[in-house]
Amino acid sequence: MKLKGAEILLQSLKQEGVDTIFGYPGGTVLPIYDALYDSDIRHILVRHEQGAAHAADAYARVTGKTGVCIATSGPGATNLVTGIATANMDSIPMVCFTGQVASPLIGRDAFQEADITGITMPITKHNYVLERTEDVTRIVKEAFYIASTNRPGPVVVDLPKDLMEKEIEYEPYNSEVSLRGYRVMKGCNYGQVVSASELINKSERPVIYAGGGVIASDAAEELRELAEKRKIPVTTTLMGMSAFPGNNYLSLGMLGMHGTRYANYAIGECDLLIAVGVRFDDRVTGKIAEFAPHARIIHIDIDAAEIGKNVDVHIPIVGEVKEVLQAINKRIETVEEFSEWNQTIDRWKSEYPLRYGASSEGRIMPQHVIEKISDLTQGEAIITTEVGQNQMWAAHYYKFKNPRSFVTSGGLGTMGFGLPAAIGAKIACPDRPVIDIAGDGSIQMNIQELGTAVAYKIPVIVCILNNQYLGMVRQWQSLFYGGRFSYTDISSQPDFVKLAEAYGAVGMRVKTTQEVDGALREALKVTDRPVVIDFRVDRMADVYPMVAPGESLLNMLGEE
Amino acid sequence: MKKHTLAVTVENKPGVLTRVATLFRRRGYNIDSLAVGETENPSISRMTIDVTGDDKIIEQVSKQLYKLVDVIKVVDITEERLVTRELILIKVKADPSVRSEIVQLVEIFRARIVDIGKNSLIIEATGDAGKMEAIEDSLKPFGILELVRTGKIAIVRGPQHF
Ligand SMILES: Cc1cc2nc3c(=O)[nH]c(=O)nc-3n(C[C@H](O)[C@H](O)[C@H](O)COP(=O)(O)OP(=O)(O)OC[C@H]3O[C@@H](n4cnc5c(N)ncnc54)[C@H](O)[C@@H]3O)c2cc1C
Ligand SMILES: Cc1ncc(C[n+]2csc(CCOP(=O)(O)OP(=O)(O)O)c2C)c(N)n1
Repeated sequence: MKLKGAEILLQSLKQEGVDTIFGYPGGTVLPIYDALYDSDIRHILVRHEQGAAHAADAYARVTGKTGVCIATSGPGATNLVTGIATANMDSIPMVCFTGQVASPLIGRDAFQEADITGITMPITKHNYVLERTEDVTRIVKEAFYIASTNRPGPVVVDLPKDLMEKEIEYEPYNSEVSLRGYRVMKGCNYGQVVSASELINKSERPVIYAGGGVIASDAAEELRELAEKRKIPVTTTLMGMSAFPGNNYLSLGMLGMHGTRYANYAIGECDLLIAVGVRFDDRVTGKIAEFAPHARIIHIDIDAAEIGKNVDVHIPIVGEVKEVLQAINKRIETVEEFSEWNQTIDRWKSEYPLRYGASSEGRIMPQHVIEKISDLTQGEAIITTEVGQNQMWAAHYYKFKNPRSFVTSGGLGTMGFGLPAAIGAKIACPDRPVIDIAGDGSIQMNIQELGTAVAYKIPVIVCILNNQYLGMVRQWQSLFYGGRFSYTDISSQPDFVKLAEAYGAVGMRVKTTQEVDGALREALKVTDRPVVIDFRVDRMADVYPMVAPGESLLNMLGEE
Repeated sequence: MKKHTLAVTVENKPGVLTRVATLFRRRGYNIDSLAVGETENPSISRMTIDVTGDDKIIEQVSKQLYKLVDVIKVVDITEERLVTRELILIKVKADPSVRSEIVQLVEIFRARIVDIGKNSLIIEATGDAGKMEAIEDSLKPFGILELVRTGKIAIVRGPQHF
């Protein structure tokens, strides 16, 4: 059968099990869009390519499948860049297709030519420029294989227009991927597993520090088994938030710069730190020399380069979290009694809970909004966030029950991520409530995606915690720059209710604490369009606890 | 801090050198010398990279290199028994009065004269980095007009295959 390159591309995507792609058309991808016209692959037309990348990324985060997006050459491709970097920092499997000018024109500064492979080299796991139509099937296979195995990440495939137009004989790619320089990690070192298990069995003050790798490995169940068998308290990174139920008696919530007091105290006192699928980020460790100073450290990670990168560890185990935890769990001796350590932690939890005061302005406290969302959805919603205070409060006050439920840009901290991410997540999980917890600054970075949500009748809920500031930056200015609020007041802003309505979404404004519950209930009932709620929150609320950058985790700012 | 020599086997494909160079730049590792060329297998190239750092940095460099899909193998051959070579071409001022002196020097270094101009000579030498420096130093007084040298290439003695 003779097919065009573009048709072969779509056949190959179907072979990979792709059902949805997010994209935006343009000159060099016309052949692909023409083929999409007849295809049963669903294409979601976004309003900006950055939105396509974030939506595909979130689709991947909530399903575990590889997200797919597509953009035209030049500006279309460069608009994807922030989304690619976001996925790369958080190790999310994604394949991005970009159009490219026709092969004979490459390198001649042709119209809408941009060297997207060069540009994305440092922010992708791997990338390709297609050189022959005959290679489409192999490259697509490799791209998905690389994106989704070992430590996941984004792969870019650049597709010159002429090669998409060209017709060749189509043969599906049926053989195994064979790449000399890339092997999928299998198994783990048995000796290390034994040593780790022994250490866990005899430690008195263990803590589990769990992260994004637990989610990537679908190992939340194994994690819970380990924790519950030995009654080990569990703290998670921002990326690992939904890997352990927030209302489990062993949960310590998040650690690090905005960690809970009890999580950070536990790190300070523990004699064994079991680090599972984490990368010892500086937002987590604070001053490295004073991080877990009394602990021996076990580090489980699939990426050997993460071992010893920031912190020296005693027992490194390179492998898939799920496999390693299963092997360890077999060797763990169950304890029934709560230890002195558990009691110390319980004491910290009751003495130093997360807390917030009343608004001095008589306004809604932003934390309250999230507590309400958590109660009303019983911890079962998918929460996406923007970046800043809204994101930290979401991590503090939403009590997640299920993994793959917290979709947030951790490593890059990309403002504008939350709305397109909510769209991607809702498309993947139409039966779950999907709520973007937003700031009034961030939401304006990709607000155009309301258009996408309206067009496809996607009922995501955007909760703007509107403090009329670039709140997180304003907080740093309060703390470290003498309250000089240089360019962080954004009280000149659109009427978000009218804006929502202009797009065809539902808009609501909530000004008092009493109205919060009712507004959220009403929003959760809407099934055919997005809802934007403008919560007028306390302007000066800060996120606490907080550890100043580079400080020891024990030096937390904020009331005890 | 110590100089290490890495033997890096890579796919012989466009862009591979850029990937390796980008990685070094991005992570802030310094390349002291890099040479690359095809091997006995035309689909594979071999890079010889000299990089300075303590053991931890070198370990990170190797692990990060390994993560590149086009990198097939990374071996730190610093501690092996090596044959290492660089090639240098030096164009030196040489009016007739000093020519014989230069010719003598060239012989001492077992280098070769590969071109004779009216008032200049081009000298070719191979050897390890120490020899390259020595020859450069001895020719300096005559006036070096131009100098080019390749990066270092290295191979381990004995039957093992790296
Ligand atoms: C405003 C702001 C404030 C922040 N404050 C905090 C804070 O207070 N606390 C905090 O924790 N974070 C905070 N972050 C997030 C922080 O920047 C990092 O993104 C986060 O800490 C990294 O999480 P992680 O260690 O779980 O690693 P991830 O980035 O999720 O990486 C996952 C790790 O698991 C490994 N892995 C992946 N798949 C597998 C597998 N299948 N098997 C084994 N291993 C695997 C990977 O190799 C990697 O090492 C903040 C971010 C922002 C934007
Ligand atoms: C694209 C981008 N630009 C700038 C920043 C720096 N930054 C981090 S938080 C923040 C303020 C966010 O303000 P807002 O969205 O209103 O959220 P709030 O902190 O008030 O909840 C800024 C500007 C960023 N993270 N991303």
